Amino acid sequence: MKVSIEINGTTVSEEVEDRTLLVHFVREQAGLTATNIGCDTTSCGACTVLLDGESVKSCTVLAAQADGHSVTTLEGLHGEDGDLHPVQRAFREEHGLQCGFCTPGMIMASVSLLDHNPKPTRQEVRAGLEGNLCRCTGYHNIVNAVMNASGQEVQR
Amino acid sequence: MIPAQFTYRRVSSVDEALAAVAEHGDDAKLLAGGQSLLPLMKLRFAAPEVVIDIGPLDELRYVRAEGGEIAIGAMSRYHDLHRDPVLAEHAPLLAHVAGEVGDQQVRHRGTIGGSLVHADPAADLPAAVLAVDGVLVARGPDGERRIPAAEFFQGPFETPLAPEELLTEVRIPAQGGAGWGFEKFTRRSIDWAIVGVVVAGSAVSLINMGGTPLRASATEAALADGASAAEAAALAAEGTSPADEAHATAEYRQHLARVLTERALVSAGR
Ligand SMILES: Cc1cc2nc3c(=O)[nH]c(=O)nc-3n(C[C@H](O)[C@H](O)[C@H](O)COP(=O)(O)OP(=O)(O)OC[C@H]3O[C@@H](n4cnc5c(N)ncnc54)[C@H](O)[C@@H]3O)c2cc1C
Ligand code: FES
Ligand code: FES
Repeated sequence: MKVSIEINGTTVSEEVEDRTLLVHFVREQAGLTATNIGCDTTSCGACTVLLDGESVKSCTVLAAQADGHSVTTLEGLHGEDGDLHPVQRAFREEHGLQCGFCTPGMIMASVSLLDHNPKPTRQEVRAGLEGNLCRCTGYHNIVNAVMNASGQEVQR
Repeated sequence: MIPAQFTYRRVSSVDEALAAVAEHGDDAKLLAGGQSLLPLMKLRFAAPEVVIDIGPLDELRYVRAEGGEIAIGAMSRYHDLHRDPVLAEHAPLLAHVAGEVGDQQVRHRGTIGGSLVHADPAADLPAAVLAVDGVLVARGPDGERRIPAAEFFQGPFETPLAPEELLTEVRIPAQGGAGWGFEKFTRRSIDWAIVGVVVAGSAVSLINMGGTPLRASATEAALADGASAAEAAALAAEGTSPADEAHATAEYRQHLARVLTERALVSAGR
């Protein structure tokens, strides 16, 4: 079927198999490879993108379901002056990553979390990111990054 | 992992959905939030020939107070329910439970209708709807029928819905000021409950203590006789035969049911 998705502000229209997953459409049809596939079983959150502004696991959405909708990936984030998005900047400042594999998904899930809850507590950050696994950081600096991005105090 | 081949069809009204299921019958599966169906299809545990996407049916995405009842459209997502003002006022238990399902991303997609029809004995909302004596409204070729939650959950993943029927709405009585409690024991925070307990007023229901969500009837009877939370909770596992498997033995689950029931009763103010 023909699927048209507005990805990071640009419409991508491609003929794909009905069973194509959104994550494959993003990586292969749109050529945007920041979005990673980790578990492929809805468990790790590495594939998180925003669909109509809300975080979803793109390995568990059909491209067809996103047809006519808008998707934002890590590549689509930016700050006000074309600089880094506040969440990206905070992940860098707080060293909220090590290998970086989980980071695109973590950042997209954090953007969605802050959209619903602009001043979360540390506990709310942990609960809000429960769908995203990181095998490197132990989460401490990831929580710091989200606190920093929301203009709150971080824990050393 | 990619699902087996299927034909995707999108419908834009309940009538169109009913016509599509009537046409394809057993060969088709309805796709709501996809948070159970797509993982099953990726693992090839499900391989429908036709997938009918009811995602666009915003006409089934609502929460309304109607007299003493709350009507919840089947396509309402967990995230909608969690922040819904009508539920917050009249059925805070349901709003809370919806916020405890899976994780943020799952709650942005998953629907109450999908959860009830999927009828996983480890799922949260079926037990909550059972505890509040909810009624499920289904529409099919012969019109509409109403099925009480107690008759809806017949076995693991088994309900009386025919392939030609669509669940359209869930109706629950407004809870007034009744106390409520929800306890869920998981290994990791996004997991399904190893055991869970829902308390709604004087009703107590159990998650994952058998093939369907169950009412803890011995506990309920003891409460009606004036038993304390601790005394009533000690009876929570009576008559249950929960699964005995790698994650938890049956005995352990029964122990958890008693402990969690006491906690849920206490947080409900019993
Ligand atoms: C990582 C993860 C964690 C999860 N954790 C939990 C948890 O802690 N607790 C919990 O309860 N659940 C959990 N779930 C399951 C989740 O709640 C699903 O959203 C739910 O089981 C199915 O709802 P859905 O809208 O996604 O339905 P779908 O997956 O689209 O459909 C499920 C089934 O219902 C049928 N169906 C859907 N809507 C209708 C309708 N209106 N009429 C007739 N048939 C219909 C479909 O045909 C299909 O057979 C989790 C899922 C994931 C991926
Ligand atoms: S790859 Fe999608 S959740 Fe892990
Ligand atoms: S930084 Fe390596 S998995 Fe998170």
